[in-house]
Amino acid sequence: MDLHPYAFLALFLLVAIAFPIVLLAVAQVWFRFFQPPKPSPSKQDPYECGVAPHGDAWIQFKAHYYLYAIVFLIFDVELLFLLPLAVAFTGLPVGAWVAILVFLFLLAEGLVWAWHRGHLEWS
Amino acid sequence: MILAAAPASPADAWLERAPVLLRDALTGWLPDALRPWVAALLSIATILGVFGLLFAYMTLAERKILGRIQNRPGPNRTGPFGLLQPFADAIKALTKEDIVPRAADQVLHFLAPVVLVALSLIGLAVIPFGRNLVAVEMEASVLYFFAAGAATELAIFMAGWASRNKYSLLAAMRALAQLISYEVPLLLSVVPVIVVAGSLSTTDIVAAQGGWAAGLWPHWHALTPWGFSAFAVFMVAALAESNRSPFDLPEAESELIAGHLTEYSGFKYALFFMAEYLGMAALSAMAVTLFLGGWQAPLAVLEFIPSYAWFGVKLLLLLLGFIWIRATFPRLRIDQLTRLSWKFLVPLALVNLINGGVWAATADWTGAAAVVRWFISALGVVVPFIFLARSLSAGYGPRTYRYASP
Repeated sequence: MDLHPYAFLALFLLVAIAFPIVLLAVAQVWFRFFQPPKPSPSKQDPYECGVAPHGDAWIQFKAHYYLYAIVFLIFDVELLFLLPLAVAFTGLPVGAWVAILVFLFLLAEGLVWAWHRGHLEWS
Repeated sequence: MILAAAPASPADAWLERAPVLLRDALTGWLPDALRPWVAALLSIATILGVFGLLFAYMTLAERKILGRIQNRPGPNRTGPFGLLQPFADAIKALTKEDIVPRAADQVLHFLAPVVLVALSLIGLAVIPFGRNLVAVEMEASVLYFFAAGAATELAIFMAGWASRNKYSLLAAMRALAQLISYEVPLLLSVVPVIVVAGSLSTTDIVAAQGGWAAGLWPHWHALTPWGFSAFAVFMVAALAESNRSPFDLPEAESELIAGHLTEYSGFKYALFFMAEYLGMAALSAMAVTLFLGGWQAPLAVLEFIPSYAWFGVKLLLLLLGFIWIRATFPRLRIDQLTRLSWKFLVPLALVNLINGGVWAATADWTGAAAVVRWFISALGVVVPFIFLARSLSAGYGPRTYRYASP
């Protein structure tokens, strides 16, 4: 009788994508009939506080906080491992708890290392 | 059925079952093959309608409350008390010209707001709004919710990159640094709840918080020491995840114009606005579910009020908190922002993980042992808090003012 959960989620995703597209389409219909767009070169410049734009925005620059991204990646993957452990937690024997603690200490040790090396400072 | 008989339990009360009865009445005449699909579409339409209206009136409430806090009336010209203001805003946004920069990546520029709104909406599918009011029941619904929420970061970067504007790109990079920094404490603070409830399903987590001690003290997770700590970390991270003040650096007007929103106008801008409020509402709804007992009533005698009303009250209180914080706190600096996350919230949440584990392992302690259990848990919150707070403010002595000191 009930829908499979994934079928429902797929339906929800479709409706959720259609919802903003329909709103934007309504705006397009309005522009088409009542308010035709009036493009002009200066209007379509990138906005830089009123002065003429200088150079391109798509340049290479150093994201000097990419280390955050690496630390985040480690934490996120380890969190994914923590979730099944958390669900099974109450039924586990003591040995498994010790294993979880070792796992957590490895996670914490990575944080302490990055902290000690100063990778967590915004420079 | 005897209509006059009092319901045996609150779950049987007429008002409690009204949404489900209404759905069944609306879909009952359909053939069996079609019925689940129409019922699903009905619940999706309800979520869209309720949260769309919530978004509309939150913008009004925010402007009204900010106005009152700053001793001015706020919007009061459109309809009685300004109640029609959201609709006036919507019509205005709809009729504004949609300007796309010449150099922008046209496809990504269009897709970014669509993806952002869609991803902010789909998380709402797994929130139990009432006793029987969850759109979809899954084993791993908490995981699904946070996966959907994490994907919105991509949409924000899409917007910043596709605009081909220096400010937008810088803001998008900053937004990514902020969002990934706060993603970690957000998720870490949820893990002890899963440990104690023993399930990843939102309905199970709400059910685990049912009942009262002596009919007065609800078994909500936020009312235990470890749960309070997790709740606080979760709410701070939720503020940062929804780009709200005091963590609104990616949209800092004075530094980055409007950040990734600079090149958006017309209804696309309104969609970004909508996504921000939807994300805030979804995270608050998750906080209610995980920590504040979901749809459970705070007192046993108040159970006659339908469960979805309790959920709504708790949700609105949390959203009021968001607005109040915006009116009260100045914006953080970017180095303060990342330091707060990595050097305070993450270690605190890690320690709290062990604290939650101890709480789950001592679940059968009763009587005097229950007091000891509470004491241990409180110690596990207060001691790390003091140490981490001291290290966070180390080197930042009392502020001195050259000319204004007393």
